[in-house]
Amino acid sequence: MSSSPVPKVGLRRRLTDHLMTLLAVLAVIIVLAPLIAIFGDLLYRGASSLNWAFFTQIPKPVGETGGGMANAIVGSMLILGIASLIGVPFGIGAGIYLAEFGRNRLGGAIRFTADVLNGVPSIVVGVVAWAIVVLYQKHFSALAGGVALAIMMVPTICRTTEEMLLLVPQSLREAAYGLGVPRWRTTLSITLRTATSGVITGVMLAFARIAGETAPLLFTALGNQFWNLNPSQPTAALPLQIYVYANSPYDDWHRQAWAASLVLIILIVGAVSAVRFAVRRGSFGTA
Amino acid sequence: MANAAFPRPDMPGAQPVEGAKLKSVSTTAPLRLLSTGEIPDHIFAIVITATGLAVLGVLALIVYELVLRSSLAWHAFGWKFFIASDWDPVSEQFGALPFIYGTLVSSLLALIIALPLSVGVAVFTTEMCPKKFRGPLSFFVELLAAIPSVIYGLWAMFVLVPILIQYVSPVLSKTLGWTGLFTGPFFGYSMLSAGIILAIMIIPIISSITREVLAVVPQHQREAVLALGATRWEMIRIGVLRNARAGIVGAIILGLGRALGETMAVTMVIGNSPHISQSLFAPGYTMASVLANEFSEATGDIYQSALVEIGLALFFVTIIVNALARLLVWSVARGQPVRANA
Repeated sequence: MSSSPVPKVGLRRRLTDHLMTLLAVLAVIIVLAPLIAIFGDLLYRGASSLNWAFFTQIPKPVGETGGGMANAIVGSMLILGIASLIGVPFGIGAGIYLAEFGRNRLGGAIRFTADVLNGVPSIVVGVVAWAIVVLYQKHFSALAGGVALAIMMVPTICRTTEEMLLLVPQSLREAAYGLGVPRWRTTLSITLRTATSGVITGVMLAFARIAGETAPLLFTALGNQFWNLNPSQPTAALPLQIYVYANSPYDDWHRQAWAASLVLIILIVGAVSAVRFAVRRGSFGTA
Repeated sequence: MANAAFPRPDMPGAQPVEGAKLKSVSTTAPLRLLSTGEIPDHIFAIVITATGLAVLGVLALIVYELVLRSSLAWHAFGWKFFIASDWDPVSEQFGALPFIYGTLVSSLLALIIALPLSVGVAVFTTEMCPKKFRGPLSFFVELLAAIPSVIYGLWAMFVLVPILIQYVSPVLSKTLGWTGLFTGPFFGYSMLSAGIILAIMIIPIISSITREVLAVVPQHQREAVLALGATRWEMIRIGVLRNARAGIVGAIILGLGRALGETMAVTMVIGNSPHISQSLFAPGYTMASVLANEFSEATGDIYQSALVEIGLALFFVTIIVNALARLLVWSVARGQPVRANA
């Protein structure tokens, strides 16, 4: 009775097992610590610096305290708007191509290219946007910034759109064809429509990714201390302003950099969480 | 199942279809083509194919512009550009070695720190963690990936660097000073700070891809090893990690690709000094940060061209690194696409 059918595990092996579990837990703690610290610092330092002026005023001249980032918030919206106008149609179009026409060599090449483009450093994308827009316009502009960010949006949107369209059952397409619906109509109003929530997920994720990009804007949108709504002029953007203010020697500007970071992170985390929540509740569980 | 998962889409009504049918019987061939949508179908196919080709076009455009704009520096310096270490815009002498060195060292440092931590997190989430905590835990780790680079930089400047100066650097120079890596004065803006902030930034990438790779290891592998009397760690080591090796290597290389091109956070803490130094306490400079700092103010064609050439080199290195990683991860995940970002 005393000898159990399962042989006893040796002490050394049991200790190793516990040690490894401990190490894994430790790794989780070490990884989560900076996350908690970053969010804590953002809330603590950012919230105390947020005020009405931050959202309504433009920066004060160097040395004066006060002022806000209203122009940078609007500038960011302008640049992101331009980027979305260019990037979203191309991204979704390329995604449709991959899902509906792309079961061939060309499709494979485009798929691979999109994945590779995803890994191109954002600063290099900035150099390219500078070369194709700024050099011809002869000055920095919101348009150039938008083009840079659009290039970064396309691969992400393209790949998620493809994945989402492929989740739509083939029988749905066949049903449409069976009713005599032409292919373009089937793709747009049956397949794409069914996958809408998933496609929007991809767009939002791409948007969240580019919303905080700074490097490609450094020599495209450049930044601006004043109001600008003209797409062909240098424009302020929230991430650029954070960078400039953080590197400045003024405490008041540091304070505003934290405030701007808080606003930016709320925007981005809000978008990502909303997407995750929608995906969890919606029909697509794998995004 | 299909009914529950997919809300019924709006089908076109019966009328247009019937109309088309009637017409197709009664009209001549070209009109029939129009009404059944063959011509719109061709247009649609062309437009969609064009957007697909645009993706290829963008990559071609990137290569073309970078090569074109850097040709001046290429003709002036040739291969010497990559092995010369003097960077002097005033006398128009350009050598990229300090930047290449800085990029490699900061990325490798980040990998060394990030690798055990991210594999640990991935193993914990897939193999040890209670099921109901898995979702939230991976969500929190992926939140790290959603934080913009510039905010990491801001945090590193005002929080991480003071901590490193006060608590970490004295310990490091006392215990590991003999290696020569942690010598000299530490002012905070250094290769070490850049490596640590980079590690924090690439952990979510490596761990989320490792998690996906671990998840595709078949369950019966685990059961088989457990049935032989293995402890949980032995099961993970023999049954899971060994099978997922190629995928984990892919994840690491993907993380490396990200670290090589990372700009803002590194620029804000690395110190931006184009000198090669053995000590990690000394400031450095990376390829991405020299572009960020000097490109918009570069005067003179050759200066600008030299900077674009650095961009071109960075581009090629990241392309090769990423392609390699994709192939490795693809081969493990059996062709399922794996996303690198949140």
